[in-house]
Amino acid sequence: MTEMTAERKLSALEERFPGAVSPDTRPGYGGFKVEPAKLVEVVTALRDELGYDYLSSVTAVDYLEAGVIEVVYHFYKSTGGRALVLCAQTPRDNAVLPSVTPVYPGADFQEREAWDLYGVKFEGHTDLRRILMWEGFGGHPMRKDWKEAYYEEDFKPFESRWPEGAVRRSEDLNPYGANVVYPKDMTNPEKVTEEADKLLYAKLDEEAAKIGKNLATDFVTVNMGPQHPSTHGVFRMAVVMDGETIVALKPVMGYLHRNHEKIGERNTWLHNMPFTDRLDYLSSMSNNWGYALAVEKLMGNRVSVPERAEYVRVIMAELTRVSNHLWAIGFLLNDLGAFFTPSLYAIEERELILDIFEATTGSRMMCNYFRFGGVARDFPEDAWNKLKMLVNERLPRMVDELDVYLSNNEIVGARTTGVGVLSPDEAIAYSMAGPVLRASGVPYDVRRADPYGIYEEFDFDVAVRYHGDCYDRYIIRMDEIRESLKILQQAVKRIPAGSVLDKNPYNVRVPAGESYGRVEGPKGELGYYIVSDGKANPQRYHVRAPSFVNLTALEKMCVGQKIADVVVILGSIDIVLGEVDR
Amino acid sequence: MTENAVPNINAPGFDVPAEMQGQVAVTNMDRLLKLLDPAYNWGRRSSIWPMMFGLACCAIEMICTAASRYDLARFGMEVMRPSPRQSDMMIVSGTVTKKMIPQIVRLYNQMPEPKYVIAMGACASGGGPFKEGYNVVSGVDKYIPVDVYVPGCPPTPQALLHGLMKLQEKIDGQSITREHWYDSDVKAVAIPVPVLGPDIIDPRDYKAIQQAAKA
Repeated sequence: MTEMTAERKLSALEERFPGAVSPDTRPGYGGFKVEPAKLVEVVTALRDELGYDYLSSVTAVDYLEAGVIEVVYHFYKSTGGRALVLCAQTPRDNAVLPSVTPVYPGADFQEREAWDLYGVKFEGHTDLRRILMWEGFGGHPMRKDWKEAYYEEDFKPFESRWPEGAVRRSEDLNPYGANVVYPKDMTNPEKVTEEADKLLYAKLDEEAAKIGKNLATDFVTVNMGPQHPSTHGVFRMAVVMDGETIVALKPVMGYLHRNHEKIGERNTWLHNMPFTDRLDYLSSMSNNWGYALAVEKLMGNRVSVPERAEYVRVIMAELTRVSNHLWAIGFLLNDLGAFFTPSLYAIEERELILDIFEATTGSRMMCNYFRFGGVARDFPEDAWNKLKMLVNERLPRMVDELDVYLSNNEIVGARTTGVGVLSPDEAIAYSMAGPVLRASGVPYDVRRADPYGIYEEFDFDVAVRYHGDCYDRYIIRMDEIRESLKILQQAVKRIPAGSVLDKNPYNVRVPAGESYGRVEGPKGELGYYIVSDGKANPQRYHVRAPSFVNLTALEKMCVGQKIADVVVILGSIDIVLGEVDR
Repeated sequence: MTENAVPNINAPGFDVPAEMQGQVAVTNMDRLLKLLDPAYNWGRRSSIWPMMFGLACCAIEMICTAASRYDLARFGMEVMRPSPRQSDMMIVSGTVTKKMIPQIVRLYNQMPEPKYVIAMGACASGGGPFKEGYNVVSGVDKYIPVDVYVPGCPPTPQALLHGLMKLQEKIDGQSITREHWYDSDVKAVAIPVPVLGPDIIDPRDYKAIQQAAKA
């Protein structure tokens, strides 16, 4: 979708860097092309002179026919406004680009992901290891000509799934390993791998050596996870400690990498909707909305959302936010050592919200509720009545109750105040999003900064706290629940009658072009970057997952703290592994 | 038969002295085990300790099952153990990826017998919606034996409870005399841990892969 806003300002850049910056003239694209050699210079000027200090998304797109890989950058101003899109192209067979991490440290993991999945080498990146797959994995799987072991076809629906009576299994069609290139001199399976950890520990030692020892003892390296009760899923942290103090920490992820993007590029457009549910599985409604928004942007005036549907979307997204924050608070307390009791209180209220989801959408968690041009179905009457009771009476009371029990609790205060501090400048530089960003004193909320849906019609405040420690990241979630309830109360009162779906588009046609749809999910800015070539399947489907990008600052927050605080800091970021690994 | 020999009280027709009648029950080993099995299994089925181990979306529903509304404690299963050494049952709750399967197999090997595995949800049972993915194992039963499959994406807490009750039924049918882990010379056979090469390598398939690579 075309976002032509920054054109006038960028003409200044065009003059300064003649020949290096030019508008992207492909139909449906609204960004600017940058010469790779000048990329770092241009983005530095962008940050320092034009105020685009927030790098939201970095991703690669494989244009197989043109023989290029394009890396797309989405910049925003932390004071609000539309995106500025830059893209840099590099040949497929020798994909090298300069890294923007010296200017925007938040690009760290996203560039590593582009290296892992697309094989784009970022020169100047200090730690360019694979991030989702393991070191030694054969090939870069998101490339269009890469085929997995059980490869069937390029596009869905697969022929083997047509109802012709007989079921064929892809394993039998394509025997195990047929597409995998194994080394010819394979000797012992034990010797095949182990590369990943070597590189990881070498990097950790390097970081630790910078800091140096305080105690007359050796450093201890500890691995937390991937099976650890406090890591909120299959997440691993490799930690180097001096006594009990952290001197280096590297998150290791990919244990739940289930190939959303590769599968998403085979699916038809609507096929992807239920898959988005499974990204951040605690807040499926927000995920649905982000994807619907991106596709609707690209479809332009071919689709329109009825007013009632806009209200239903807001209600569902805010209910999701409430239930997600309840869960986050409950499990942060779990990480603090208050084992399961606060969570039980939180889960009890969350169940009531899930009941409404179940009655309306048919499923408790995986709602698959949004459609291009509305939502799938309207509220049943009893769910509607229950919803009114919840948002007007029960949930406000419950927030106050949790507040009384927890906010002034001495142990909570002692364990969280001043722990894991992130300053506002660091938060912006690391591309943090959502409650983590706002707890550091940056009042940036996509609902206000770049409004979507009908959020402009509601009266609510952007919750913001200023210390940037774990306590603020806890209390800001309480604030956000209150603001969400404010929105919900207004929406329930004002919702008009009417239909909730424009038409029933089963298989939509999406015009060629690119689009970036982003919503303020409970965890932060959730963006979908999609590229269409006019066919029935997306050419590129990328998810800018807030949990994933928020982990970039984990090391920054943890170094200098004690080992027991790492669990609390991780809990206060509130990650969901489905979204981190995708 | 000398005078000091101990009389064989298990022999049919043994004459119980009058003063001991009503005090002892005379039975044989088979009949004794028939009495013992239900009591023993009742104890086992009512205190299954699951491993605290969540993989993906299904783990959230597993936590909800343990919470107050569905209350796993009714079945004696609320004691979630973070260590495999202390747990009886592994609920594989979510998508099993190639990067994660070595750890899952290792955890399974570390659990003491008797041990049970529940494949919760479509992904753990057969790959689910992510089956075609390059990093997804289509079903945990490709590597470790599974006792109960619970369908759903994710299964509701009710469905998981039903699966757990099915596991209890399975335990009820087991006997001390038949299960291999009660043998006097029990040999624990560890499942070979998969290796991460250019793709996942199951050591059991290693020869076939080696030949394919040479060809």
